[in-house]
Formats: sequence, C-alpha cells, structure tokens
Amino acid sequence: MLKALQLEPEKCTGCLQCEMACSYENEGVFNPAKSRIKVFDFEDEGRFAPYTCTQCDEAWCMHSCPVEAIVINPETGSKDVLEDVCVGCKVCTIACPFGTVNYNSSTGKVIKCDLCGGDPWCAKACPTGAITYVDADSTGLERMRAWAQRGAPEPGATVNAPAENEYPAGGTA
Amino acid sequence: MQHVVIGAGPAGVVAAEHLRKHDPSAGITIVGAEPEPPYSRMAIPYYLIRQIDETGTHLRKRPGWYEQQDIEVRQGRVASVDPDGDSIRLDDGGVIRYDKLLIATGASPLTPPIPGTDLPGVHNCWNLDDARAIIEYCAPEKRIVLIGAGFIGCIILEALAASGAEVHVVEMENRMVPRMMNETAGGMIRQWCENKGIQVHTSTKVESIEKSGGGLGVSLGSGETIDADLVITATGVASNIDFARDSGIDIDEGVRVNEYLQTSRDNVYAAGDCAQGRDFSTGEYSVQAIQPTAVEHGQIAARNMTLGHKRHHWGTVNMNVLATLGLISSSFGLWMGADGGDSTELLDRDGFRYLNLQFQDDVLVGASSLGLTEHVGVLRGLIQSRTPLRKWKDKLKRDPTRIMEAYLANTHAIGYNSHVFSPR
Repeated sequence: MLKALQLEPEKCTGCLQCEMACSYENEGVFNPAKSRIKVFDFEDEGRFAPYTCTQCDEAWCMHSCPVEAIVINPETGSKDVLEDVCVGCKVCTIACPFGTVNYNSSTGKVIKCDLCGGDPWCAKACPTGAITYVDADSTGLERMRAWAQRGAPEPGATVNAPAENEYPAGGTA
Repeated sequence: MQHVVIGAGPAGVVAAEHLRKHDPSAGITIVGAEPEPPYSRMAIPYYLIRQIDETGTHLRKRPGWYEQQDIEVRQGRVASVDPDGDSIRLDDGGVIRYDKLLIATGASPLTPPIPGTDLPGVHNCWNLDDARAIIEYCAPEKRIVLIGAGFIGCIILEALAASGAEVHVVEMENRMVPRMMNETAGGMIRQWCENKGIQVHTSTKVESIEKSGGGLGVSLGSGETIDADLVITATGVASNIDFARDSGIDIDEGVRVNEYLQTSRDNVYAAGDCAQGRDFSTGEYSVQAIQPTAVEHGQIAARNMTLGHKRHHWGTVNMNVLATLGLISSSFGLWMGADGGDSTELLDRDGFRYLNLQFQDDVLVGASSLGLTEHVGVLRGLIQSRTPLRKWKDKLKRDPTRIMEAYLANTHAIGYNSHVFSPR
C-alpha cells in the first residue's frame, strides 16, 4: 500500500518545525530556505498552509526532464531527483504547475520532496498532526484533491490526478 | 499496428514510450538522423562546461531500455513521406511502412544571411557534433564572438566564459533575450553579463565575417571589427519540414496540426519543434520549440494515435527558463502583456531580482522573472488553470512574490473550519 503526505492546513500553527526537520535531514542544515516543504503564511487571516510535492502519477517534472534525472522510487512511489544525473537545467521547475520543484543554486541541482525514502521527517516533526504520512487512498487525501479540483475551472492545476486520467496529472486538455 | 516516429529527440522518444504504454502489442519504430543514441540538446551547455560527458546527454540511461520497451531505434535520415502509400523513404533508399506516423523531426539552426558563415571557425551550437567542435575552442587566450543573444546564445555563454576566453555577444535587437524578456529584464541581463566581463553589442548586426591573420574578423554594422578565433551563430531555429514539402501534408511555419496534433492526413501526427501546435495563451497555432512543449506534444500525440480523439487539447503554455552566467530568468505565457490587461512588477535592479505579472481580469496570463528560483512553476499552474484570483489579484499587485499563497488560497481549503468553507 503506497503512502502519501496528508496536509491538513487547519491544524497548522506555523511553527516551521517541518521546514527545520526537512532541511536538516536532506541538506544537513537548519535552514527553512532549503526545505522541500514550505509553510505558507496568510498573516492577515492568521492561517497557515504547509505545502509540498504531491507526487503526481504522471509527474510533469519527471516527463519534462531532458536527461531522465527524475525517476519513480519503486518503494514509495515518490518522484526522486538523481543528483548525479541532474544537469541543473531547471526545466522541471517551470514544468511543475504546483511550484514544488526548486533550484538550489548552491549545488546547481534541483530539489523536491522524496518522502525521505518512506519516513518523512516533516511528518515526524509536526507537533499538531497537520502533516501525517498515511495510506494514499485515505479519505483525507481524497478531500484535499476534491477541494483542489474544485478551485480549477479548467482541468489545469489540479492535485495528483488519478492514474487512469486521460491527461498527465493536472491535464493539458 | 505499426507506429513509426520520425525523430529521436524528446518529443519522439516520449511519444514512443507512451505509444507502447497505450498499445502494448504494436510495432514501434523511431527513426533518428544522428548516429548517437537519443540525446537531449538541452544538456549540451552542461557538456560544454564538462559537467557531464556525452552519455550524460542521453535521454534514457538505463541499458537496454529501448529493447525492453520493444521500441526499435533505427538510424536514418528521412528523405520523403508518401502519405498515399503510408510509407517513408530514407535517404539510403530504405522504405518503412506505417499505419500511423508521428513527425517529430525537430528544428535546425538558421544560418544568418551574412557573408563568411561558411568559413572554418564559424559554427552553430545545436547538436553534439557542433558541441564537440566548439569545446576545442573553449580555452583561455581564445576570442569568441557569439551572434545572437537569444535563449541558445545565452545558455551557452556560461560555457564560453568559463573557459577564460574573451567573449563578445552581438544582438541585433536592443536587448538580450528579446523573445523572452522585456526591456527592463533584458537590460539587467546585459548588465550582469558586462559585470562578468562579457562584451555585449546590441542594436547592431554582423555585416560580414572574413579571414583575418590567423583567425577571423567580424565586422559590425556599427563599423567596429572584432578579431575572433571562433564565431558561433545562434540566431534562431526553423522546423525540419523540408522532407515533407512535396508530400501533400499541410505545412506552414511547421507541420500544421489540429487540436489533436493530427496533420491534414488522418493517420499522420506531428509533435515538438516541427509542429505548429496550439498556443494556450493566444489560441493560435505556432511553433514553440521548447522542451516542455515537445514532451507534452509527444504524450498527447501518442494518446490520440492509440486511444482516439477523446480530449481536445487546449494548447501548450509557451515558457522558458534560462541561466545566463548564473543569472536565472524565466518567462511564461503572455509575459509581454495582454490587450486590455494590466500588470504589476517588483524590481531590485542592484540585486538582479525582478518579477513581472500580467493579468487579464483576475486571471494571471503571463509572467517573467529574474533571480527567482523558488516555486516558479506555480506561475505556469496559475496561467494554465485560469484560476480566478479574486481578492488575491490586489494582493499580488501589492506583493507579486506571493504567488504560492495566491494559488493555495484559491484552490485549497486553508485554515480552521476549512472543511466547511470553500476556497477563496
């Protein structure tokens, strides 16, 4: 059973421990700027929203890569960047319509969430349960997808379209 | 069922893989003109700086991948296509029959109409063969003139400069990357390049290239002459469609296709740099010649060839990302603005940071940026989803950097009680 990150913004307090854990685990530094998960701050409303890659089935980043540096992790289903293959062309960073692939100028490579190989540190660090690592078909994730799709009048920026979708996740039709 | 794909670039290879996915029993043949395994031109700049070797440019790296997929990759240059006989003819005389054909022949660099472009030491920078020639010149003490400061010119500047060579750039427009950047951003890229020792000549043309001493003399319209060991021409590309000109297939700037990427012949499709596909932003049919479009075209054409015309294609968003000597720029959709639209921009000239957003009503229709490396893809997402920004348009006009918040607030349920409130 594949698992996925379930993000529940209503539980997020904006403490940024997920960003600290992610950057430390993946980059060896406590530096939110190098985190693959980001907490977005709606400061005038007192709301927060953690957001990261949803590991699309037909991932835009993966297909757009000209050198096959983004591959499916068979264990977790995540789309992982092979740092030794990535040339740093950044095409994936503009192809991902969710804005969750970033260029790391200090390494000259791109970074994105890889679910920490199946043991995501953001979820472990979250003190309020706003980030959990759950079965991918759990109702919470479905709810997130439903909301995401509701916001998009064209079948454009939708989250993680089902595998049998006619078009790549997010759709071009 | 026999599918034949002409062209072994990203569009052709992605299409072949998706043909296989959708049609497990079909015969699939890719015909590629170059001797190398299918490779990516996008990777050439990184080959030039010796960050990767030639195998690092290959589109697929797993040994035996094409055999495992039962995709035949055949070397040959296509001389003509006979849609009445459902076959293509190679320049070695070989004939390949198809049931469905995908034309994904890509593009070739245009040679500017300048006397002397046939001299030794004048090269394009397009394929691996060009790169091998250029890499020989990339050394200190060498003098290089780059004609054209477009996407390709700018992306190879790093390799040229990193070699320690003296580098001149000549661009006939008034700024660098004029097809991707406005005057503000193009001017900032120029300043960045000049700060790094590149000599930039804009609003002037190269009049001629002549032998001069042991090297070349490049004469500009401004009257100046630059001595050079190597001249690189990067003045745009044109679709590779000559082989199809007499076939009866409808051709214009590229191969004309409909919203299903089908040509004027029912069983012939086209994808990538050679296809005049629909532009998402304008609704017009034009050649985009960019990697993301090549890949999307390949996927869509393969689906339509195998599963039928189930979904209308709304077109691809024209977009680019470029690093010019380390300065990252990107542009999306109607970055130059829409009729009747409005815009906002954030400028830090000294910090080389810039963000320009273009709206039509409360929808983002275009964007361009300098120095932006985080969440840049959401600009594409907002444009392609045509997400109404509602109150977030005003927020973006005050602070254009809040693009992710604008996306999340309008597409996701956020905050306490979000399960009962709709996104806003």
